[in-house]
Amino acid sequence: MNILIYDNTFEGLLTAIHDALDLNIKPSKILANKSFQDDLFATKYEIDADLDKFESLWNSVKKKTNEQNCQRIFKAFLSESIDIELLIYDYIKLILETDYNVETNFGDDSVIKINNIQKKVGRETQRVLMFVRFQKTIDDIYYASFDPKYNVIPLTVNHFRNRFADQKWVIFDTRRKYGYYYDLDSVQQITIGNKKVSMNSGKVNSESLHVSEKLFQKLWKGYYDAINISERKNIKVHMQFLPKRFWKFLPEKDFKNSLIKA
Amino acid sequence: MKSETIDKLKISAKAAKYDVSCASSGSNRANKGKGIGNASPWGICHSFTEDGRCVSLMKLMLTNYCIYDCAYCANRKSNDIQRTTFSVKEVVDLTIEFYRRNYIEGLFLSSGVINNPDYTMERMVRVAKDLREIHNYNGYIHLKSIPGASDDLQQKAGLYADRLSVNIEIASEPNLKMLAPEKNFSSILNPMDTIKSKIIENKEERRKFKHARSFSPSGQSTQLIVGATPDTDQNILTLADSLYRNKHLKRVYYSGFIPVNSYDKRLPVLSEPPLKRENRLYQTDWLFRFYNYRIDEIVNDDHPNLDLEIDPKLSYALRNPWMFPIDINKANYETILRVPGIGVLSAKKIVLARRYGRLGLINLKKIGVVLKRAKYFITCNELKSPTINELLPQNVRQLILNDNKPKRITKVKHTQLSLFSTT
Repeated sequence: MNILIYDNTFEGLLTAIHDALDLNIKPSKILANKSFQDDLFATKYEIDADLDKFESLWNSVKKKTNEQNCQRIFKAFLSESIDIELLIYDYIKLILETDYNVETNFGDDSVIKINNIQKKVGRETQRVLMFVRFQKTIDDIYYASFDPKYNVIPLTVNHFRNRFADQKWVIFDTRRKYGYYYDLDSVQQITIGNKKVSMNSGKVNSESLHVSEKLFQKLWKGYYDAINISERKNIKVHMQFLPKRFWKFLPEKDFKNSLIKA
Repeated sequence: MKSETIDKLKISAKAAKYDVSCASSGSNRANKGKGIGNASPWGICHSFTEDGRCVSLMKLMLTNYCIYDCAYCANRKSNDIQRTTFSVKEVVDLTIEFYRRNYIEGLFLSSGVINNPDYTMERMVRVAKDLREIHNYNGYIHLKSIPGASDDLQQKAGLYADRLSVNIEIASEPNLKMLAPEKNFSSILNPMDTIKSKIIENKEERRKFKHARSFSPSGQSTQLIVGATPDTDQNILTLADSLYRNKHLKRVYYSGFIPVNSYDKRLPVLSEPPLKRENRLYQTDWLFRFYNYRIDEIVNDDHPNLDLEIDPKLSYALRNPWMFPIDINKANYETILRVPGIGVLSAKKIVLARRYGRLGLINLKKIGVVLKRAKYFITCNELKSPTINELLPQNVRQLILNDNKPKRITKVKHTQLSLFSTT
């Protein structure tokens, strides 16, 4: 039993995989140090991220496959799902050891698994773009919190920077306690949550809201209720497209939580 | 922006809600410099109402006053309903503020006809122009073209909007004349032709001049009401097909008729909107846009209406058992696409994956094929199992229908067994 322990980062994981391939260690588990529990009978390797090793492995993967496929590996990593590290190890090993391009071999288990996981991550990214709601604060910053299943906020930053280039905004991941702030010039990562914001519902407290904010939320809710065609009521589809876990962030859904039962 | 705007907004949204189109895809208008907005080419939904429809664009009527009296319309002149009119600035401000908060992907603006078509259209174009030129807004704009407005206004509308649409509503001319005496097909189809030729012209121009402004980059669309007239699915789909072919439409939307004016004796009495039929029409629409089906393969004189119980693709397969079973490991892409339970994505994956080795049922399942339907129509790297030819189409139909039913767990009442009773 070989357990590789890395430092939670993508660079760290690739360093670990680099070492495993280099020293010909077959890992039975690869764990982030935050989720590591001591195991009496295993041989442990604690590996620190090494940018040179990361670059060398990542470049050789890039050479064997294409940019899009590398993106898939990174997305799969963001899923943070159990044993994703081992799957990435298998996938990278497969890519390096096969003479031809394997990314479309959907008959292979690790290929189809990586594909399906990265698809889920992509879908969650899309959901952030759909359901994030900004609240305007008194200091003219548009603030939004979100609680994505996977660690996808980094994948959304470009979208919001392109779209809202003329307004300051913050998008904050309440589960992982970090976010990004755009100051009309560049995007910075921020880690401290603002005390004026509820960590649970992501709501900015009313003293810090811009005077017009409540009105626009009301307008939006009014619009949302009016656009519904009651003759076509279809709660099943509604719940499927708009799962309950997002409702607390949506001004149009907020007060109705208790009214509909799925 | 004042709080009475809330009431205006509600009235206007209620008037606009029967327009189906909410697509925000197909435009890649980028944010230049430091403006607001960046259209996303694949479209984004921002919310879903309880009827299960997506909210992507803010649908508004600039006004719901109208000089026309169309039987199927909620805003017809003779209806006694609340009416309201927005100023251009109000709509512009609402759009910008909603967009900034990520509520919407853009604006869908239509209008009742007031004074005359040109006057109405001009006000709509001003909204789009102000958004683009004053606010440097690059989000999505969908404008409903007003039939009868001048070519010059259509041209302007196309330069500011991402999509234009003219609704046909009723699939055959005699029925349209009956329900909307002021309208006829040519008044609707003419603007469509104008838009089409402008789009083609513009594409040509953009090929020559890189910086030429794009004209309605995500094309034009229309809407057909289903179930308000005795038109068959064949009538509706033939019209839709010819619109795709001849007018180069991006989308035809189908809208199940909701009896808004039940007092009008020209309209049928329905207990509920024909939602299943609407769904089957959309499925067929997909079949001829993405699956290379010809329209007469799905609906023809023998089968003028779609089967409501099963989807049109399955229905086609059951009518044509001679072409099955299909060998997944050998057949070409177009043929694989005809198997019920295999969609575009799965078919593409199959074609790619089988270069590396033969595929079996487990592989197909992982790729995403719905085996519950597909298994009767294919052979793959497995032992032979009974296909449609052995089971016969009517039995396959029944098997699949039974499979689709939600499986209810029948509760068996467990009781303690008695040692001495004789049961």
